[in-house]
Amino acid sequence: MHLYNLTLQPPTAITHAVAGNFSGSRQQEIIVSRGTRLELLRPDPQSGKVFTVVTSDVFGSIRSLAAFRLTGGTKDYAILGSDSGRIVILEYEPKTSSFTKVHQETFGKSGARRIVPGQYLATDPKGRSVMIGAMEKAKLVYILNRDAAANLTISSPLEAHKNNAIIHHIVGLDVGFDNPMFAALEVDYSESDQDPTGEAFNNAEKMLTYYELDLGLNHVVRKWSEPTDPRANLLVQVPGGQLAASERYDGPSGVLVCCEDHIIYRHMDAPQHRVPIPRRRHPLQDPDRGLIITAAVMHKMKGAFFFLLQSEDGDLYKVTIDHEEQDVKALKIKYFDTVPVASSLCILKSGFLFVASEFGNHYLYQFQKLGDDDNEPEFSSASYPSFGMANPAMPLPPAFFRPRPLDNLTLVDEMESLCPIIDSKVMNLLPNSDTPQIFTACGRGARSSFRMLRHGLDVEEVVSSDLPGIPNAVWTTKLKEDDPYDSYIILSFVNGTLVLCIGETIEEVQDTGFLSSAPTLAVQQIGADALLQVHPHGIRHVLADKRVNEWRVPQGKTIVCATTNKRQVVVALSSAELVYFELDLDGQLSEYQDRKAMGSTVLALSIAEVPEGRQRTPYLAVGCEDQTVRIISLDPESTLDTISLQALTAPPSAICIADMLDAGINKTQPTTFVNIGLQNGVLLRTVLDPVNGQLTDTRTRFLGTRPIKLIRVLVQRNPGILALSSRPWLNYTYQNLMHFTPLIFENLDYAWSFSAELCPEGLIGISGSVLRIFQIPKLGTKLKQDAIPLSYTPRKFIPHPTNGLLYMIEGDHRVMGEEAAARKLEELRQQGKEIDEEVVQLPPEVFGRPKAPAGTWASCIRIISPVDTKTANVIHLDNNEMAFSLAIVPFAARGGELHLVVGTAQDTFLTPRSCTSGFLRTYRFTDDGQNLELLHKTETNDVPLAVMAFQGKLVAGVGKALRIYDMGKKKLLRKVENKSFPAAIVSLHTQGSHIYVGDMQESVFYAVYKAPENRLLIFADDPQPRWITAMTMVDYNTVAGADRFGNVFVNRLDPKVSEQVDDDPTGAGILHEKNVLFGAPHKTSMLAHFHVGDLITSIHKVSLVAGGREVLLYTGLHGTIGILVPFVSKEDVDFISTLEQHMRTEQLSLVGRDHLTWRGYYTPVKAVVDGDLCETFARLPASKQSSIAAELDRTVGEVLKKLEQLRVTASGF
Amino acid sequence: MSSELRYTANTQLEHLHARYTGTGHADLTKYEWLTHQHRDTLSSIVGHPPLLSYLAIADGEAVGRVKFEMTERMLQPCGPPPAKEE
Repeated sequence: MHLYNLTLQPPTAITHAVAGNFSGSRQQEIIVSRGTRLELLRPDPQSGKVFTVVTSDVFGSIRSLAAFRLTGGTKDYAILGSDSGRIVILEYEPKTSSFTKVHQETFGKSGARRIVPGQYLATDPKGRSVMIGAMEKAKLVYILNRDAAANLTISSPLEAHKNNAIIHHIVGLDVGFDNPMFAALEVDYSESDQDPTGEAFNNAEKMLTYYELDLGLNHVVRKWSEPTDPRANLLVQVPGGQLAASERYDGPSGVLVCCEDHIIYRHMDAPQHRVPIPRRRHPLQDPDRGLIITAAVMHKMKGAFFFLLQSEDGDLYKVTIDHEEQDVKALKIKYFDTVPVASSLCILKSGFLFVASEFGNHYLYQFQKLGDDDNEPEFSSASYPSFGMANPAMPLPPAFFRPRPLDNLTLVDEMESLCPIIDSKVMNLLPNSDTPQIFTACGRGARSSFRMLRHGLDVEEVVSSDLPGIPNAVWTTKLKEDDPYDSYIILSFVNGTLVLCIGETIEEVQDTGFLSSAPTLAVQQIGADALLQVHPHGIRHVLADKRVNEWRVPQGKTIVCATTNKRQVVVALSSAELVYFELDLDGQLSEYQDRKAMGSTVLALSIAEVPEGRQRTPYLAVGCEDQTVRIISLDPESTLDTISLQALTAPPSAICIADMLDAGINKTQPTTFVNIGLQNGVLLRTVLDPVNGQLTDTRTRFLGTRPIKLIRVLVQRNPGILALSSRPWLNYTYQNLMHFTPLIFENLDYAWSFSAELCPEGLIGISGSVLRIFQIPKLGTKLKQDAIPLSYTPRKFIPHPTNGLLYMIEGDHRVMGEEAAARKLEELRQQGKEIDEEVVQLPPEVFGRPKAPAGTWASCIRIISPVDTKTANVIHLDNNEMAFSLAIVPFAARGGELHLVVGTAQDTFLTPRSCTSGFLRTYRFTDDGQNLELLHKTETNDVPLAVMAFQGKLVAGVGKALRIYDMGKKKLLRKVENKSFPAAIVSLHTQGSHIYVGDMQESVFYAVYKAPENRLLIFADDPQPRWITAMTMVDYNTVAGADRFGNVFVNRLDPKVSEQVDDDPTGAGILHEKNVLFGAPHKTSMLAHFHVGDLITSIHKVSLVAGGREVLLYTGLHGTIGILVPFVSKEDVDFISTLEQHMRTEQLSLVGRDHLTWRGYYTPVKAVVDGDLCETFARLPASKQSSIAAELDRTVGEVLKKLEQLRVTASGF
Repeated sequence: MSSELRYTANTQLEHLHARYTGTGHADLTKYEWLTHQHRDTLSSIVGHPPLLSYLAIADGEAVGRVKFEMTERMLQPCGPPPAKEE
């Protein structure tokens, strides 16, 4: 078995974000790391929308990201810390729209290791040096400078190591142009490692240490080291340094040390200032719980600066420092607003705040004000004795605020993110859909959602209106060449033409010069200011002064089809003749003296737009009934000569020539594509050689069941093609590469570009008798999402086999259930405690829920109707129970009636795993599955993490035990048990009498149930330990699984073994077989292994295209959706793996990680080809492409075609 | 001085042990080995963002909080060292 790994949807989580002027223009951009990808985002200050400019797979794990600018420079560079053991400086090149590595310096081993730097990055604010740190001990300082040619240079590293020190954070100090300094938060463990009494551990001090880089001596010294709060976790740079012009200090310099419940201002030889972090006064909040700052951003404005710090609850605080020159007078903190908990915050100079959420969608906010004069209480260090440091060991009196809806910020844009995908299913539940949808349970806590993903572009309808009849075509046209917007909409009916004028309203006009008594075949704005209408009996050339020149078809003939551009018109007559017209110098349409007889009825015609600066386009494509397409010259030298011919498999229904940019074929110039739509719904895309007019590189694609119509449209000012069959598709260029994606919209009969003031980049289409104007808001997003909000973190869901409903379990740790919370509140009220009702009523999806102590759970069962994206019912669990697993079981003891079994546990603690009691709750479906009736609860001694239907009974993985239960009157009845699983059962699958058991730590076990003897026996296991997170069956002997470290693997058992097991009626043979390696008597062998780089949460064997092959689809925690496609032939394997080898030697990784070691992070990659790497072939420079293609004995086109074919046949994407 | 350094007579080896924290040697005690293992594991969790998110979701805490607690735990992941028998 050989597999091809393709990412359908790259990770959507953002782990780091940093703002800067990366393209060197005045506009600020944001570079975000999505774990294994780097992306440049550009927020548009006018519209407030965020656009993705470029995205690049780094084939490594990004652990830290920082930006810096050399003194006097205008352009920011990005520095990456990763698991490659290298530091990389990147530059964004706006010309080629790509990241380039400026420097790559190796300092250590690869992998996210304890003492190899990469975890922390800190830059000097003046861009003179950078410090890169590890989790422990190692810190390296690089000096950044310019050489004589103004190129960025990097020095060899200087060590600032400290043995036995755990590093919590590092940050660059702002010291102006003094020697660069870095502050680190470190804890030394050498003493606590030696002291058996534990006293040294209790007295361990967290040190704030300054490291100074002496630029003169070229070495790093430990300048200053002082103990600080033992619960400090984060450092924030405070502006400092003198302005050269005014000698005024920008700020006091130093750092903010963010600790649990406090913020301390600290600097060498300066008094400390401490303020408490204000908390919410929520009656249910655990009072013993501290509050820490998890994200921070500093913003400098002219002569002032402030900080926004975010607590783990999502509350933003504005922190300011009152200072006179270098002396700090007070540190002040006040509540600002509440936004989702962020992994990074970025403030843009144009007044935006970018919040990269740690889970869920990312947001762009606009600052309305800076919270300067509101009534929020402000806490100042000046109001405490000794600036809050009178007794540093004692906490300050707690400070409170009341959370409220956004006041200082307004939301302007939202970027959808699937992160985290916790469970998924692939099913086709929608009516009239031939491809399956991906249903995902996403999100965390109260911001969770259930999303239905469909392959296709989202379409936004602007207007739709009913028409008197059913038109068969629609066009829009400008009146003059330089009009910004369209003026007319022309609708062609069977027996007439209707012209509508686009003004304030859209209404019919009469005196347009258009013939209204006949249908229209083509409309064109021609020349400078004339219009052209082609109808079956002639061509009307409407001049600007409304005079009409008409060319009439000879008697007995009609025009069957026509194609036009700004200067040329070609029509085909019913006598299979072509007539060619061209605009002459006087603006008159003149006919070419000869007509061309084609010999077969012409079905379709197309010419391209006139290339800029030219008189005409030299090629015409003609599709004839004899199943051919001919390219005919329009060159004056050889007018109407046939140049080339291509045979087709069916009569063509439409042809469209368009010049589009595809960097895979040509990096700089648009390529001329001839798209041929056939009557059987197949689209052929060929490349027209501009020199000799030959057709090459044909690619085919099945679009739908109806004959195809092709329309040239404008998509974001670039040419695109709309292909209409049984569903509409759009072919467009995005980030220089060609994409072909269905539109999620109604079936269209005809469409055209539409441009008006209110909708400058729209499309107009007709479906039946309805006219629709629409636009495509998000190009490049290939999955459309429809979401339902959920109450708690979703855990698992399953579909009902017949009624089309989904049953989902949700739950959150450290959250009180609704009932428990109400009871507690009531209790507090009775005690006479004052309760702030407003705080209690805050919507949890914005503010979250108050954190309760560990061991508190809130959970519910939700019934979802996925087709109309609606929650049908919610059943809350009481008694601090949490649902962990569910299954729909047809109990044989009840005549096969379906029951829902939910595995729950009460008072669960996670480490070590314990609960007061587990339960198997058995429900009956009522109201057609819209409701559930609890039949009984069966106690178990451990948490039931997995349940499954098995031969009319229930199989449950209860902790380390696998049990079979049957239905009873008052309880489920335990039939048989096997307790020999090592850690905990997390996943179950079955076929026949086999049960495939995924263990939390020890990979997959093959068990068999022998009914005659009522035995449950393990007969095979995996010699490798694996921390299973998801698994599925590939066939009777094969399982595909994924582990916690981001690997996917396929294991197979020798079919002979399972035959032997099945032939043994009692299982006595297995029982007495000798164990191997302290495990089962038989071992599975690993067939394939691959490191994805995201933690895989679900894996399915599905077919994604109608009639297509089955693939393995997986979803990742950070929002990845990918597939593993089995290769069909040995040649494909050889070809693609050789291509992969060549691609590996190109060293494309932006973090400098070796591709082979990345994909074989934990276990060497086996029998899987990285399709994501292969697909970057399209982005290579042309010379590289052709040399690789030559090595493979193919042309570049053939390689690209093969890659596209692999993607399209497997996924349809 | 940790026992690692005390027992390595070979200076080159000593140098390697000083350089690569966590390297084992013949006289490594169970406690030392376990502590190294835990510190390696904890720093690996912090160093792999998906794993950190996974634990944060399970525990119902913010990612930043989980990272902080993991780093804190690196100070003494396996409790105080056993008393020496001398």
